[in-house]
This record gives sequence, C-alpha cells and structure tokens, in this order.
Amino acid sequence: MSTAAPTAFEARPSGRASAFWQRLRSGDDIAYVITLTCALTILAVTALLIFELFRNSALPREKFGWSFLTGTTWDPVVGQYGALPFIYGTVVTSALALLMGIPLGVGAAIFLAELAPTKISNGLTFLIELLAAVPSVIFGLLGIFVLVPALVTLEPAIRAVLGWTPLFSGPFYGVSMFSAGVVLTIMIIPFIISISREVILAVPTEQREGALALGATKWETTWNVVLPFAKKGIMGSIFLALARSLGETMAVTMVIGNEPKIHSSLFAPGYSIAAVIANNFAEASDALEKGALIELGLVLFGLTIIINGFARVLVLSTTRKGAK
Amino acid sequence: MSPMQAPISRPTSPPEPGIIGQPFPIQMAEEKTPAPAEAAKLSATNLVFHYGSFRALHGISMQVFDKRVTAFIGPSGCGKSTFLRTLNRMNETIRSSRVEGEILLDGEDIFKLEVSALRRRVGMVFQRPNPFPKSIFDNIAYGPRINGTVSRSGMKDHVEQSLRRAALWDEVKDKLYESASGLSGGQQQRLCIARALAVNPEVLLLDEPCSALDPIATAKIEDLIFQLKDSCTIVIVTHNMQQAARVADYTGFFLMGKLIEFDNTTVIFKNPSRKETEDYITGRFG
Amino acid sequence: MLSFRRKAVNVIMLSLTGVCTLLAVGTLLFVLGYLFIHGGTSLTMNFFTKLPTPVGEAGGGMANALLGSAKLLLLASSIGIPIGFLGGVYLAEFGGSSFSFVVRYTTDLLNGVPSIVIGIFAYTLIVLPQGHFSTLSGGLALGVMMIPIAIRSSEDFLRAVPVSLREGAMALGASKAKTIFTVVIPAAKAGLITGIMLNVARVAGETAPLIFTAFGNRYWSPGWEQPTAALPVMIYTYAISPYPDWKQQAWSAGFVLLMLVLTINIFARMILSKRGHVAR
Repeated sequence: MSTAAPTAFEARPSGRASAFWQRLRSGDDIAYVITLTCALTILAVTALLIFELFRNSALPREKFGWSFLTGTTWDPVVGQYGALPFIYGTVVTSALALLMGIPLGVGAAIFLAELAPTKISNGLTFLIELLAAVPSVIFGLLGIFVLVPALVTLEPAIRAVLGWTPLFSGPFYGVSMFSAGVVLTIMIIPFIISISREVILAVPTEQREGALALGATKWETTWNVVLPFAKKGIMGSIFLALARSLGETMAVTMVIGNEPKIHSSLFAPGYSIAAVIANNFAEASDALEKGALIELGLVLFGLTIIINGFARVLVLSTTRKGAK
Repeated sequence: MSPMQAPISRPTSPPEPGIIGQPFPIQMAEEKTPAPAEAAKLSATNLVFHYGSFRALHGISMQVFDKRVTAFIGPSGCGKSTFLRTLNRMNETIRSSRVEGEILLDGEDIFKLEVSALRRRVGMVFQRPNPFPKSIFDNIAYGPRINGTVSRSGMKDHVEQSLRRAALWDEVKDKLYESASGLSGGQQQRLCIARALAVNPEVLLLDEPCSALDPIATAKIEDLIFQLKDSCTIVIVTHNMQQAARVADYTGFFLMGKLIEFDNTTVIFKNPSRKETEDYITGRFG
Repeated sequence: MLSFRRKAVNVIMLSLTGVCTLLAVGTLLFVLGYLFIHGGTSLTMNFFTKLPTPVGEAGGGMANALLGSAKLLLLASSIGIPIGFLGGVYLAEFGGSSFSFVVRYTTDLLNGVPSIVIGIFAYTLIVLPQGHFSTLSGGLALGVMMIPIAIRSSEDFLRAVPVSLREGAMALGASKAKTIFTVVIPAAKAGLITGIMLNVARVAGETAPLIFTAFGNRYWSPGWEQPTAALPVMIYTYAISPYPDWKQQAWSAGFVLLMLVLTINIFARMILSKRGHVAR
C-alpha cells in the first residue's frame, strides 16, 4: 500500500519531480492564456465592429455630414440620402410601444408580484417569459395576417374615439406605424413584466407592512410605497425594452408599410431604420447607397448603446439577483 | 510504551473544580505529563499575515509536534483559522494577502515547495462539509487520481482503506456509487476527512470540523481524531474549549492575531501562565 | 372606516392588473394556438423532404431551409460557444477587477447591438471582400451573436459553484486549472448545457442578419461558400409574397420554427428549475 510517502520526493524540486512540477505549473498558465484570449476576443470583435461600421460609412459621412440625420429625402436614384424619416419611424413606433407596453407590463408585474400566489405567479411568469423566446418573424407573420386585418376591422371604433386628433387621421390601409407599434408592444411586454416583477419582489416586506399598518389599501400600498421603491429597476426594464424595440427588424418590416416619408398620423405607413436596412441592403447597387445604409446601422448602433447603458445601470442595482 | 503513547481514555469522571478554584465544567482526560523533547513537524517563526492593509497575524512563532494533536483556541476573529490556513498556504487564494516569516515542514521552507505538493502532505478539512457533487467513491478517489499516486487497479482498495480510516466504511460500503450529497452532515464531514486521508497526508488541518454538526456526530469525529493520531499529525481549530481539552495534547491560545500562550493542554487549562488565557478559559470574555 | 371611493379604486385597479396579466398570457396562448391551427394542421411530409417548387406548383417543401439552418447553427455554435464559454471561465475564475469590468461591459454592449447591425458587420467582413453571399458569412453573424450570451451565462453558472468546493479541491493538491476542469465545470454542467441550448434556440429564430449574408437559395447549398436558405428567412420571404400556396407554407414553417424554439426553451428551463437555478 502507499504508506511509503510518494509525496515526499515530489515536494523537493529535483530532476524528475521538477518536470512534473513544470507540467502542473504550465497547466495553470495554459488555462489562463487560453481563457484570457477568448475574453480578449470579445473586445477585439466589438472594436472591429465599430471600426467596420465607421470605415464603410465614410462615403456618405463625408458627403452629407450631419445633414444625413436631418435630411428627409431618401432617393437612391439621385443619390440623396436623409435619415430623418427612418429615425422618425423608429422613434414613433418605439414610443407607441412604450406607451402601451408600460401600463400593461407594469400592471401585470404588480399582479404577479403582489397578488398572485407564488406557484401561480411562477407558472404564469414562465409562460410570459416564453413569449420573449418567440422569434421576431413569427410575430411578423401574425402581424400581417392577423393583426392588420383585425385593426382594419377595429378602425372605425378607434377613429370614433381618437379620430379628432391628428394622430389618427387620414386613410388607413392596415400597414401603418400604429400596427407596428402594437406588434412591438407585444414583443417588449415580456421584458418589462419579467424584470419589474423581480424588482417588485425585491422590495422589503417591511415597507409594505408599514403602509398597511397605517390603514392603506393594497392598491394604495402598491402605488404609493412599493412602486416608488422599485422605481429605478422598473425604469431600467423600460430602457431595456426600448433598446429592444429600437433594433427590432422583422416584425416591424412586415407591418409598417415601408414608406420613407414622415406623416403625422399613426394610421399612415412609415419606415424604421432597421426595416429599411433589411429591405434594401441586399439589392443596394452603388457604394453610396450601401454606405448610407451602413451609416444608418451606425446610427442605430449608437442609439441602442446609449439606451442599454442606462438600462444596465438601473436594473443591476435593484433586482433580487443582486448587483454584478 | 511511554506514557505519551498509551491510549488516552475518554473522560468519564464528573467535572473537577476548575481553574483557580472556580467551578467550571471542563472535563480533563488523564494527566498528560510533559513529553521529553518532541520532534517538530511544523514550525512557524515570526509569521505575519496581512489582508490588504489589515494585519491579521502578528509574528506567530510556535511548533506543531509530530503525531500529536495540537489545538488552537480563542475568541472569534482572533486569527486561529487564519494561522491554520497559512500552514497549507490556502490563504494564497485570497488576492490581497501577504505573508512574511517562515514556516518549515520537516525542516523545509513551505514557501519554496510547490504548492500542490505541499497540500498533498498537509491536508485540510473545512468547517462546513464540502463533498463534491460526485459519487462517494469519486470523492475519495479524486485526490489520488489527480495526483497520480494510486493505480486504477488499486483504487478500490485504497478507497476502502481511506473510508475505514475515517470510520465511515461500514456506513457507506453499499452505496459507494451514490451521490455524496445523500449523506447526513456528520457522514459528509467524515467523508471529507476520508477524502483528505486518501492522499496520505503527513499533517491534517481541521478547521472547526464539528461546528456544523450535532453532538453525536461531533463525538464520532473526536473518536476518529484519537485513532488518527498515530498515523498523522493533527492540528485542530476549535471554538469549543471542552473539545480542545478532550482531544488535544497541546493547545495554543490566540487573541487578536497574537499567540498568547502555547503549552501542554493540561497546563493551559489548569495552570495558564498568562492572564488573558486565564480570563478566556474561565469565561470572562469570548 | 374606509371610504367607498378608496375601496372602489382598490378593487378596480387590482382587477385591472389581473386583466393585464391575462392579456399577456393570453397572447402567448393565442400565438401558439393560431400557429398550430394554421401551420400545424397543414404540415405534410413534403415540408421536410422536398425542395421549393416554382411558383404555382404544389408539393414544394423547405428541406433546403431546414438543412441550411442546421448548417448555419452548427457553424455559429462552433464559433460562439467555445469563445463564449472560455471567456466566461476567464471572468469567473481568473478575472482581475478592472479588466473584467471592461470585458463584462463590452459583452453587454455587444449583446445589445441589434441583430441587423451584426449582419452588416458580417457583410463587411466576409461578403464584401468575397463578392458573394455565403453560409460562412451567415454563420459568422450568428456566431458573433452567440458569444456575449454564452459568456454571460457561463460566468453566472460557474460563479454559482460554491467557493467551498474549489477550496476542497485545492486543499487536496489540485492546481487551479485542475480544480476548474475537474470540479467547478462538472458541478455547473446542468446550467452550462442548458445555457448552450437556450443560446442556440435564441439564434435559430434570427432572420435579419441572414438577409444579406446567407441571403437565401431555392436549391441545396453545398459547402460553405454559397448562399443558403434558412428557415426564418424563408418564412419572411414567403409571408410577404403574393402567392397563397407560399403563404400557407410560411405558416407551416412558422409552426415548425416555433415548436423547435419553444421546446428547447421549456426543456432547458425545466432542467434548471429542477436544479434550483433560475433561467435568465
């Protein structure tokens, strides 16, 4: 049996043992180097991405400068490129999605965190988080064939209630910024619900008990005490949802109408940055058009970076999973 | 057989009057006479340890004698666990730590040894049992496997031998290939001891091994320590003074990062030379 | 005594939150149901075995799109998973504080980039110099998308392994690398594997980055240098076409894609919740 101490000679760095020793040593070093390289790869890829975006949009940037962002004409035939209609469409549809999505999402989060029994809450949250896994093109499919016809039928009702505003005026053919807004709402709700629920659950029980002990109703407690406490995290989830909706491509492309013009009515068709890139990139013939589309990509990139930055700061400091 | 090698019986007598005539429920084993010059297995000289800018250990100098049980006692935060962990260089896993001073294992500087090799010779069992999420067999076999010390054909026997040394064989022999997490807390801790023994360490460091266990499991582990003593030098950190009195041949009392007193256990508990030691033993603080 | 108004507000508002929840859950059920009815019921074997036929001819399928998606995902996974996993190992086991912060921040940044911009990236990197669309460029785009997800999830699951297990292994003489590969990673394997599954499922449904990298193909696409059909892209192309037969096929394809993605998601989450983890 190994009662003779094989360990004794290994401890002293002698000839045979030191080779063994070296191998052990370098096992650590090799692992460190390999994993470090992979971590550096992320930095390299991101840097390369930014570099390529800049490099390939050099042409239109030189030609148009900042007026790229303010120009309203997008005409490949004459070589005039202005991004404002797309920025407008992107912002409007995302704003609409937030407008409808926040009350729905936070409302559902309140129900799941405060009212539903744990098992039901977990089960329903599981289902809602599955919604986040549904691919965008599926939402687009349902958008074209279900939502748009449904909205066409509902149009008179909507017009009756909101038709006096310029937002809901003009002809409605189904594909419109409004439809895109609705689809986006459905797509961002799971994120708002999931994160807001976590944040609300993280509010300490003492806070609620304090309000209830003063005679507040459940709703008053939630609205006046719990939500303000969870405010930062909920704001974070909203920013996250916004970032997602800005970059959302397929579902929007399929229902927004793809018209590069600015209209004041939501019933009118529009265009988003991601949608125009998706539709035109493959066929773009000349370098200027390609460059302009890539510059749009750069604009989108910048927008989402900023918004995501806000979101991370707000969310990570307040969920149950703790700060990273 | 010299008096030191006679088996030490478990105490059965009622509590004696304690130190300085005050009643204190410490049960003492038979009188342990001070030994003639003992071989030092480990010796520390002026060991200083820093966590970042905080000085946790102030110049500890002491010796751990071969094939004896040495206990470290002291109030929480006194540095006894910190010191224990320097003996197998586990403190190096903490980023901002700094060690100064010398520790010798059989006369060799442990900081010059290859750290994995050191840890095979100086094993450790932790406060909370930490079995790997593998089978019982794979837990025990882990050490020998990664160190390549036991052949594949000899592994089964080796695992059995380690489990027998840890007094766990009979309880698990029929479920060797089941997950270790199915064992009770006490069994898991003995598993961890068996796992540590499987690499045949010369020294076994026990960091409050019984603090997460019930009294029966604790008693089993204390019995185990008596049995292991013959083949292995043991150092145990404990916050339970009675435990130190029961199992240890030598005891060191730590306070605020300093080793206040180190002597034969009998002397520490019956006739301490430092006031701080006396205060701690009699329960005036800690 | 509580005023009637306060009581009424309480009941109304709380009921409204229930309504919101029903709407959210109902949407999922509607999506599933509708796709099943319109796509699932008309699914035939032709779908899985036949190539697309010219417009107007019945009996076409999406066999090439299925194979194309499989190839793209294989390529993407072989790029994204190893880099992401090992990067996650670095962050969880070796990372020093400021460099790790930069890596994590960049990971989050890359994660937030819209998939169509990643498509542009793959285009400029591969399609432009090569002068043609290809499976390679599509696979690269998807692979780049997989990296940040893989890093994050690997790091989370590796960190969740208790320090006591690492200490136990090191106290037995295992070096850091040995500890990682023989104790930490096996201990985290449930999470790591499900993380990979969720990653693949997420990327399987991506359409935008493929539109101008893999582009599409009415036929088989041998090798890696030719444009290839992919399931989500076919759905898109067929859905916006004016042909009823194509639109019907878009539904069937949508059903297949949805089933694939949801099955993997449900399976992965169930494994994780059994182990006491929470999926993210």
